[in-house]
Amino acid sequence: MVSPNSSTPGGQPGSAAASSAEKTTIPDVVIRLAGNSQDGIQSVGGFLARLAGRSDQDVMTYMTIPATISGGPSIFQVRMGTGDILSSGDQADFLVAFYQHSYESHIGALRPGGVLIYDTDHVKPNPDDRRFTNVGIPITSATVEAVGGTGKDKGKNIFVLGLIARIFDLDVPKLSTLIKERLGGRGDEAVRNAMMAFDAGYAHPVENLLGHLYRFARATSAGTTASRPAVTMDGNTAMVYGLLTAGVRYGAAYPITPWSSIMEMLRTELPKYGGLFVQAEDEIAAVSHALGFAYSGHLSVTGSSGPGLSLKMEALGWGSMAEIPLICINVQRGGPSTGLPTSIEQSDLMQALYGSHGDTPRVVLAPKDVEDCFYIAIEAARIAKEFSTPVIILTDQALATRIEAFEEPDLKNLVKEHTLDLTPAPVDYKPYPLDTWPKHVPPGTRMLSGKYPTVTGLEHDEAGHPSGSPAVHAKMNARRREKIKAVAKSLPAHEIYGDQSGDVLVVGWCSTYGPIREAVNQLRKSDNAPKIGQLHLRHLAPFAPGLGEIFARYKKVVVCELNDEGLYGYGQLASLLRAAYANPAIVSVTKTDGLTFKVREIVAGVQKHLSA
Amino acid sequence: MSSAPVSAPLVEVPAAGGPGRAPLAKKGLVSDHPTWCPGCGDFAVLASFYRVLEKLNYPQESIVTFAGIGCSSRFPYFVNSHGGHFIHGRSLPFAAAISLGRDDLHVFAFGGDGDGFSIGGNHLFHAARKNTKMTYVIMDNSVYGLTKKQTSPTSPIGFKSKTDPWGAMEQPVNPMKTLLTAGATFVARSHATQVNHMTEMMLRAAQHDGFSVVEILSECVEFNEGAFDAANPRKGGKWQLIDLKKNDGTPEDAARHDPTDEFSAMKLALADAPGYFGVFYEVNRPTKNKLERDLIARTREKTKGASALQLLEGTFAKMR
Repeated sequence: MVSPNSSTPGGQPGSAAASSAEKTTIPDVVIRLAGNSQDGIQSVGGFLARLAGRSDQDVMTYMTIPATISGGPSIFQVRMGTGDILSSGDQADFLVAFYQHSYESHIGALRPGGVLIYDTDHVKPNPDDRRFTNVGIPITSATVEAVGGTGKDKGKNIFVLGLIARIFDLDVPKLSTLIKERLGGRGDEAVRNAMMAFDAGYAHPVENLLGHLYRFARATSAGTTASRPAVTMDGNTAMVYGLLTAGVRYGAAYPITPWSSIMEMLRTELPKYGGLFVQAEDEIAAVSHALGFAYSGHLSVTGSSGPGLSLKMEALGWGSMAEIPLICINVQRGGPSTGLPTSIEQSDLMQALYGSHGDTPRVVLAPKDVEDCFYIAIEAARIAKEFSTPVIILTDQALATRIEAFEEPDLKNLVKEHTLDLTPAPVDYKPYPLDTWPKHVPPGTRMLSGKYPTVTGLEHDEAGHPSGSPAVHAKMNARRREKIKAVAKSLPAHEIYGDQSGDVLVVGWCSTYGPIREAVNQLRKSDNAPKIGQLHLRHLAPFAPGLGEIFARYKKVVVCELNDEGLYGYGQLASLLRAAYANPAIVSVTKTDGLTFKVREIVAGVQKHLSA
Repeated sequence: MSSAPVSAPLVEVPAAGGPGRAPLAKKGLVSDHPTWCPGCGDFAVLASFYRVLEKLNYPQESIVTFAGIGCSSRFPYFVNSHGGHFIHGRSLPFAAAISLGRDDLHVFAFGGDGDGFSIGGNHLFHAARKNTKMTYVIMDNSVYGLTKKQTSPTSPIGFKSKTDPWGAMEQPVNPMKTLLTAGATFVARSHATQVNHMTEMMLRAAQHDGFSVVEILSECVEFNEGAFDAANPRKGGKWQLIDLKKNDGTPEDAARHDPTDEFSAMKLALADAPGYFGVFYEVNRPTKNKLERDLIARTREKTKGASALQLLEGTFAKMR
């Protein structure tokens, strides 16, 4: 993207200055945009992420968006650069402050020596603060001037996108194409206004204040091996298209942040696929609807966040007892109770595993990044169908809203249409035999025995008849347990990144994958580097076999997760692993500040355990 | 309220039970022996329901019976059909989804006053509002029987139970009033001692195109004996039947109840106990089944019937 031909907006004012200014080569940069939620700063993120997707290996973006009710202060952080970018960065190198409150709230996130770009129309920085390079630009008035009287200050975001494009020598033709594609639906005038704002931002001689401009180092490796183009979307969107690819056509839910966007998209998309999605009156009705769809023979989904999952628990227990295939997604947020609705936490693991009453062995999966949201949905569908069981997917707030670019999935080989199987059931059909796991037989199926099956939450015998016999209960409990153990055997083997044995294995789950990988990379490069590996668990229940043997190969197993250290000093996954493998080398690094891990927090946590 | 005219009260029974197959008969519909107490009103409801299924003569595999928790909710175990027993109070959203997902099935839900009006009250309200095609039969005994005599939402003021030893003090739910307010499109009431009437009510409910509810006063002989004698002529009670319009324009029609008239229905619902029996209200409003099917057809037309692969490829192309 830094080829000389593509770095200038042909014929635009300022292009000569932009291309002639001295350029400092940098590996990557962290930019935080701070404004209000209606300023469109998130759409800047969308443009940069898409640019990343269309620029092979040269730019990657990664972002966090604290969700707020419309109108509130909002930030967007992007990290762009060369090669794999795995976290959104511990500190910002650049802060763009649209308002005084943006400046005051976020100047602390700017690293000393960083660049503060502020809107001189709204922000007065502290003149005595010499820690940063202050770059004042009349963003609002320059945008109004560029777009003309009618636009008010709409387009400030695109003006800033132009500024960023100039400062970091981004691919202007590609960005222009993206803007035109994105805004084309709103008419020619919207595109024209946006392009005027973009050009004005790009033309602004920002190097006079900055002293110089930047360009990203070229990737030294051969780049990606991707055979398909990259696609760009957030985690909830990836989850939706994973479900659609897997053949999910029915579902029901109740709105709750940050789950809602999945149900909104499914309600929009499913009719196109011949399916339907019901907005239920409450969470219990939602899971009941979804189980009803599943019982009737469709592949079905429900989902929620924190408190909503609690409400679904009794019905999910019924799903385990009656052996109904269902996908239940939980987009984790801070708890307990209403907790921190728009902040990340990974504190629903125990709820997902043990939330129902009784012994309810569960299948619980967790995606590691946005791309994996797509694939985990497909995997959940496979397990639900193959083993006739509810499957819970634990994703989280960070994955839900974060935009990433990833290789377009091989749709031709992945798309499945779940078919309704109404093959008559043979005379000797048993719904719950002790040693095999037959698929659920939906209504509409003729029973050649003449006996129609009852599915129930009451304990039942192999034929499905309710039974109060303790002996039958013991056998059926064993059956449900063995079934989930059979799921374990169907899972792929664990993959370890880095050293396959040695000093420390860093274990994580869900969205902490990137920061942990980056921390492991840093530790491997450090002086007296430990022999260190990373294992990211995507299957939290059951675990794929072999975990105990893997742990035994390391002196320490450090589990990093975003939940509280608990009464005994271990996070939820760590507690589970310690209980399962009775290995005292398993220790915890936890935190609950509502933010994703900073790389340095993981590095420090691992080092502390190594020196202990 | 102005509404589309409804079918005449006379019941027409569909002919076929599937090509080359014997008509449905009670023998094939009886499953496990009911576990209810001897004398329970629910036996009569079950016997009536077998008759309803015989008359409807649906293919047996297309009948689905579901219930929540409670004495009456054991119902599906005693009917040889696909079905079962869901969690307490939630049979309506579960059963509604079966109907929405599968047009080829005939969906019946059963429950009691506790399951329907207490823990499942929210679902009843919304099921009525959503108008999914299915039939809900509530066996109301005004007491919690399975758990041995606690106050139910339809227990009258002063009712003595284990949870109200000094007498219930809360206003009981009026099921007819509640259902009318919620927007149910078929609301009827019967009495477990009136087998023919009960059968006709359930039959008409099953044939209604939308969410239909029949409340049946069904005595719990163990814990609420004689609760509905006031409506039982054989016990000296008064059987007040709703006299329906014939819809034939005869002068008597004017004096009779028009089941499409919501205000008249509400007047009947407000009558003192034991109240009226029959169809209070019946109108045709588009079912959720139809509205969803139409929505699918419209969107499929817009996308020119594209396959899942084509749709997904189109979406991903836009995200490049």
